[in-house]
Amino acid sequence: MAANYDYEEAPGTYDDANRQDLGYDPNFVPDSVKSFVVHLYRHIREKNVYEIHQMYEISFQTLSDRLFKDTPWPSVDAVAHYVDNDQVFCLLYREMWFRHLYARLSPTLKQRIDSWDNYCSLFQVVLHRVVNMQLPNQWLWDMVDEFVYQFQSFCQYRAKMKNKTEQEIALLRQFDQAWNVYGVLNYLQAFVEKSNIIQILEQEKEGGEQFTATDGYDYSGGSNVLKVLGYFSMVGLLRVHCLLGDYQTGLKCLLPIDISQQGVYTSVIGSHIATIYHYGFANLMMRRYVEAIREFNKILLYIYKTKQYHQKSPQYEQILKKNEQMYALLAICLSLCPQTKLVEETVNSQLREKYGEKMARMQRYDDEAFAIYDELFSYACPKFITPSAPSFEEPLVNYNQDAYRLQLKLFLYEVKQQQLLSGVRTFLKVYSTISLAKLANYMEVDEATLRSILFTYKHKTHSVDSDGKIISNADVDFYIDDDMIHVVESKPVKRYGDYFLRQIVKLEGVITDMDRIKLE
Amino acid sequence: MGRETPKQQQQVSYTVEQLVAVNPYNPDILPDLENYVNEQVSSQTYSLDANLCLLRLYQFEPERMSTQIVARILVKALMAMPAPDFSLCLFLIPERVQMEEQFKTLIVLSHYLETGRFRQFWDEAAKSRHIVEAVPGFEQAIQTYAIHVLSLTYQKIPRPVLAEAINIEGLSLDKFLEHQAANSGWILEKGHGRGQLIVLPRNEFNHPELKKSAADTVPLEHITRIFPILG
Repeated sequence: MAANYDYEEAPGTYDDANRQDLGYDPNFVPDSVKSFVVHLYRHIREKNVYEIHQMYEISFQTLSDRLFKDTPWPSVDAVAHYVDNDQVFCLLYREMWFRHLYARLSPTLKQRIDSWDNYCSLFQVVLHRVVNMQLPNQWLWDMVDEFVYQFQSFCQYRAKMKNKTEQEIALLRQFDQAWNVYGVLNYLQAFVEKSNIIQILEQEKEGGEQFTATDGYDYSGGSNVLKVLGYFSMVGLLRVHCLLGDYQTGLKCLLPIDISQQGVYTSVIGSHIATIYHYGFANLMMRRYVEAIREFNKILLYIYKTKQYHQKSPQYEQILKKNEQMYALLAICLSLCPQTKLVEETVNSQLREKYGEKMARMQRYDDEAFAIYDELFSYACPKFITPSAPSFEEPLVNYNQDAYRLQLKLFLYEVKQQQLLSGVRTFLKVYSTISLAKLANYMEVDEATLRSILFTYKHKTHSVDSDGKIISNADVDFYIDDDMIHVVESKPVKRYGDYFLRQIVKLEGVITDMDRIKLE
Repeated sequence: MGRETPKQQQQVSYTVEQLVAVNPYNPDILPDLENYVNEQVSSQTYSLDANLCLLRLYQFEPERMSTQIVARILVKALMAMPAPDFSLCLFLIPERVQMEEQFKTLIVLSHYLETGRFRQFWDEAAKSRHIVEAVPGFEQAIQTYAIHVLSLTYQKIPRPVLAEAINIEGLSLDKFLEHQAANSGWILEKGHGRGQLIVLPRNEFNHPELKKSAADTVPLEHITRIFPILG
């Protein structure tokens, strides 16, 4: 198994015992932090979304880099009196506090549990009280994203039972509700339901509501928080279901979002990437390779064009990482399902550069090929989890790799079933007609085996889409007449319809531009 | 559960589907979902979503897992081929459970079907009657899948190949062919020698010239985007 799967832990554990040594005083509030919370609090009260965004994205980052490189921010108790002890602000501050901790340090079990409690309190407020705030989409996305990430992190942590101290085990037993899978899923589901987001998106299509048009923001004096959290929770649900290995349900959760268009999910690059990455991965596991290839192609092109604008952003590293992972997934898809016209030129050349050689080897389907499939899958897959609570009785073992091992095994099993197809494809490309007997001879198998291979080829290249329809992915196809194989060349179909549509839109654009000039 | 009238049975399944849609992450619905699996088996219906929901709950609380129910879910999933439902279910079943004898057998059966090894499949299925006979409609469902694969592949298929794929021979096969000829557009021809050739209905997969029409259609949604311009 590839070694690079292991969950990486940040250096330096931060617990109470070490606090004195590292000189962290949770009650010390530097002036810059006081200023930060006072201003952020004011902007939130005054609903200055732009300023909130600047402070959240830039100031918080700058202060973290300057003052809190490897220590936590001041405790919420220390800053509360600067912000009128406002309950909601304190919950938001704590959310940021824990996120910073997870990013720079390694949380203790107690801290993980406390973070869960904070999310519960924060989410209860949003779900059950009328919250009169407008927060930037970036922040709302980060909340959902971090919530799922901390859940994943907790499951990984909890599954490593071998070296747990008695103290830790006692805590785990006592706080068995913390990061419970039911809790996590039900919060996400509650956001989706309470916000009514699915109905809002439906009504928007018919022109009733405004949501996407305003990027989710509420310009009629209300709050965007519940609606946008509901929206991003659909992506959160997709993600959690992928972590569990339930790809069908994951895709179902995402269904209300039309990924063929721009939407609120594209308003934050982290959300855009997370959505397409998981969508593509789920389709890959469901053998809908063409769909996965299409979406990976689009997002990789988008990242290529826009990543320069995110160089200073705290998400830059994540963007690059996901970019590399999606190239690996694309390499896998194209090796299992060769296509010639679905990948754009820029993406294709990047792909050749990174994985050209590996792809050639993967299509040989020998032992080396399986090793490469293993390597790429392990590198690019989500960090699967075992959601159930551990058994505290048995000899304590580490089972954090079980979920990953199962998904990998089933994936390689599918690859193995397609082993003989590559050979068949090569022959089909060379002949226009050939008898079963002759082909069997060339492939050194008997006719019955050849028939099985041909059936496999047909079955594996014709997938079932989400509506139950059969779609052919075959770049080279055939049919059999009695004992004769007739090869079918897939001719590039001239898509006149699409062409005309594009030209109509283009011409309209030109006319609009010309009109604008006349007026000036 | 006693003698439920068909109407009552319908009401129960409606409620379960609703549960799955509205409140799926709830351990209390586990017994309902288990009953629903048994109902799918006896009434020859199928719901992937409900079964995935149950497998998830088993994942969350492994001590409540019933391997018998899981086996029934897998058999139903096999019957749904060519849809990938069987592997979708396997993704949610722990490895050590998959190592049990009955699951190993089911995985082998799935493997044979996935790789077009119909003769081996029927041989193995005959050895495992206790597993597959527990679910009514199994044989017909697999035969339907086999015919699906044959229809993707063949324009004209020799009788022995068809016979092996659907596991019907002799007089039964004659009857079957007559029925298909009368109702599904199959045509029976004489092949070379004294063999029989069956001409399968034309579709875009075994008749490439039928494919063209599908490729150049433009979905209505795309046209609606230019309505503002045209209007």
